[in-house]
Amino acid sequence: MTVQGNEPAQTGVDSVTRAEQTPHVKLPYAELGMNDEEFARVHHILGRRPTSAELAIYSVMWSEHCSYKSSRVHLKKFAEKAPRSEALLVGMGENAGVVDIGNGWAVTFKIESHNHPSYVEPYQGAATGVGGIVRDILSMGARPVAVMDSLRFGSPDAPDTRRVLDGVVRGVGGYGNCLGLPNIGGEVVFDPCYGANPLVNALCVGVLKPQDIKRAIAPGPGNKVILFGAGTGPDGIGGASVLASATFDEASHQKRPSVQVGDPFMEKLLTECCMEIFAEDLVVGIQDLGAAGVSCATTELAAAGTGGMDVDLDLVPLRDPTLRTEEILMSESQERMMAVVEPAKAARFLDLCRRWDVPATVIGEVTGTGRLRMTWRGETIVDIPPGTAADEGPVYERPYERPADLDRLQADSPDRLPRPSTPDDLRNTVMWLAGSPNLADKSFVTSQYDKYVQGNTVLAMPDDAGVIRIGDGPQGIALATDGNGRYARLDPYAGAQLALSEAYRNVAATGARPLAVTNCLNFGSPEDPGVMWQFAQAVEGLADACQALGVPVTGGNVSFYNQTGEVPINPTPVIGVLGVHDDVTRRVSMSFNVEGMGLLLLGETRPEFGGSEWANVVFRHLGGLPPRPDLAAEAALASVLVAAAREGLLDAAHDLSDGGLSQALLESCLRGGLGCAVSLPGDPFVELFSESVARAVVAVHPEYEARVAALCEAAGVPVRRLGTVGGDAFTVEGQFTIPLAELREVHQGALPALFG
Amino acid sequence: MTARVGVITFPGSLDDRDAARAVLLAGAEPVPLWHASTDLGEVDAVVLPGGFSYGDYLRAGAIARFAPLMERLADAARGGLPVLGICNGFQVLCESHLLPGALTRNASLHFVCRAQRLRIENSGTEWTRAYEQGQEIVVPIKNIDGRYLADQKTLDELESEGRVVARYVDVNPNGSLNDIAGICNEAGNVVGLMPHPEHAVEALTGPSSEGLGFFTSVLTRMVGA
Repeated sequence: MTVQGNEPAQTGVDSVTRAEQTPHVKLPYAELGMNDEEFARVHHILGRRPTSAELAIYSVMWSEHCSYKSSRVHLKKFAEKAPRSEALLVGMGENAGVVDIGNGWAVTFKIESHNHPSYVEPYQGAATGVGGIVRDILSMGARPVAVMDSLRFGSPDAPDTRRVLDGVVRGVGGYGNCLGLPNIGGEVVFDPCYGANPLVNALCVGVLKPQDIKRAIAPGPGNKVILFGAGTGPDGIGGASVLASATFDEASHQKRPSVQVGDPFMEKLLTECCMEIFAEDLVVGIQDLGAAGVSCATTELAAAGTGGMDVDLDLVPLRDPTLRTEEILMSESQERMMAVVEPAKAARFLDLCRRWDVPATVIGEVTGTGRLRMTWRGETIVDIPPGTAADEGPVYERPYERPADLDRLQADSPDRLPRPSTPDDLRNTVMWLAGSPNLADKSFVTSQYDKYVQGNTVLAMPDDAGVIRIGDGPQGIALATDGNGRYARLDPYAGAQLALSEAYRNVAATGARPLAVTNCLNFGSPEDPGVMWQFAQAVEGLADACQALGVPVTGGNVSFYNQTGEVPINPTPVIGVLGVHDDVTRRVSMSFNVEGMGLLLLGETRPEFGGSEWANVVFRHLGGLPPRPDLAAEAALASVLVAAAREGLLDAAHDLSDGGLSQALLESCLRGGLGCAVSLPGDPFVELFSESVARAVVAVHPEYEARVAALCEAAGVPVRRLGTVGGDAFTVEGQFTIPLAELREVHQGALPALFG
Repeated sequence: MTARVGVITFPGSLDDRDAARAVLLAGAEPVPLWHASTDLGEVDAVVLPGGFSYGDYLRAGAIARFAPLMERLADAARGGLPVLGICNGFQVLCESHLLPGALTRNASLHFVCRAQRLRIENSGTEWTRAYEQGQEIVVPIKNIDGRYLADQKTLDELESEGRVVARYVDVNPNGSLNDIAGICNEAGNVVGLMPHPEHAVEALTGPSSEGLGFFTSVLTRMVGA
């Protein structure tokens, strides 16, 4: 090969010295997703052209994924409107938020997306989605104790859905099961809008003592920087190969897999190794390696610490010795962590890594220079102020505009749809909904996940929320995730509030006091003003609702560019709510277990069918307005559910949401194997299928009904007696009776018939 | 004196802490054992817990059988030490030839996790004597390589010698031959079980607390001895 023009020599290193000497070399910043202005800014920061390694760092750190450059101006609202919370120990901006749950325990939790990789390679995409969020929790100093997964797929009868669902579910299970983390809940939703853009949102929760919280900081010049875990390989390198091949590389080096490959066994070793390292207090700072790999870990640790760090990239253990510096810096190889360790503790740190067969290498040290410097083959290839890459990326105020079709969509009310009115029609509708993919039993999916491991799972899918015992008890936590893209499509402000409301209600239905929020905001392209409007509305709605309900957002993740061609997915904010059980033995399940219990309906039912499952299943209709959020009513309902659970008044409680009362009752019947008989004085169609918010059905011993009614009255929650638990059929008096066996067949048979 | 029951941790073991909790709830002292050690220490019985030792990357249990501690354990087991292998532990015992047969990929090809009904077919082993012969219990099962296979001669021997310790009832979750959920060696001191009794020791967290009997069984002889 010959050296052409001003380009660096094939065999040479693009060092800082060379960059100074060859100011006019063309770098492929556009291919790395950087625009002219951003590149000029790098030039201005450095006072010279960046080296190719520096360009690699800036391009990934300033990417949408790492810098939140389009969402940041909106996300500020979560902080501005944050409710006062004494429980919040670590808020947004860290790897994950931490909340104090009392009795000397803290909990850290977060949800994150891995959408695009899960379409390209469903198994590995989903698996590494779980792996990534688990390392976020680990890096807070916590022991991970459970995972959840919120999944959205295309139409169940689309041929590609089976490929994606099968791989994603195997991936979530394969990784989480092998890691020994119980999967305690989540969602499985189908909608044609997710056909070529499935959503895979994974949540992890960890437990720690408040005094043991770890931070992603690199303080103290002289402290050692240790890279530990898996070797660095060519996986997950998207842009880096563009960079490498465009300037320095031969053709054989161009094709790199851009989806990461997971090794849950290594992550299990890493977890146990970290637990022992934390127990001996051996680190002053720690960061997991996720998106942007070494680039992200070094710049963020250095920027949040004393400010300087020297790294010898030659020391990074490689799985592929032909990797270029840019690829090492951008590799997203999984199961890696970076720790900052005092010199006196480094030997013990390395001993513990050896005990767990976890490779660990000192690759650098903290300095007081204020510069992140990296060397390669003896030459300096990176010399930057780390904060400029980690914290001072571009911030955009993208234009936004209400989508032009929204008025038409909202005007297309479901009121025009013919409603079932005869007993037979109502019965058929109950059956039809019970067997529809979104409302059908999800055991086909959840039975592929281990929910028992660690021995602390008190409730799991299909209960309203996952409940985990903390320590030896009696305290525990409850977690639920919810989202509804159809609601959010019709009104993103309300849609985000409805997602929060449902998760909040689900947590309260188990008897837990809702405490804090995490969110995963899945949207189309931020460059589309309509999508940006949806995003701004959803953030505003969520921030307002969190304020009203007194639950702060502790962290989360934004996923943009979820679209196929020009068509974005329905905006899909997925909200996770964490609640606390002071005594987990008082938890309430959704299962009807005891004959003769009285059934009470809490909350008010209005004729609300916009975006409902009824309109979706029966007519494929999406139009009108979603149910009206009522946050004051949600808070009142939750207070009743929590108080009643604490007093031991409830035999069962189930929130009403998708599919309405009909669906809630039949789920509770099938779970416990007992039927129920109810009488509905109003319009039976509205009573059975409306999706009005702030409602729950509870099963109560007849002796306690008056006490529950009194709690409702005190809180201003409407309450009405529906009927009783018992028998082996679901009966609406004067309308229909459906044997449970018949319901079970359609409810449990649907997903196996589609995907089994 | 409290009985001491060792629980081996291999790299990738997952249910070691759960097994230790079950031992404690049964009234014994759990003793953590490390795979790389060559010393079993003073233990009265040993549990090989569930999990994915070495990621199960080659074949479930195939690498763990070569752990230094497994050589010691094999000698002790042949000498009569009570050993219970649960799930991955069962796989390790088969790979170690302490038990016959093999555990292969589930017939459904899916990981399966469910509350499973079992029938105790042999209540005479070191690990099942707290149960009645024929007693039915519900404990979790969770595996992807849980399908028990053996040649006909081995199956005939297991059946005729009463060495099928537990059998699946209602549903065979993985396609195991003869609905076999667990077996024992000729002496009855080594038991392998695919389901997880250690996850059914408290009503709060398990589908029942009927799994505790496995852990109390092994204590009865020790206390009586």
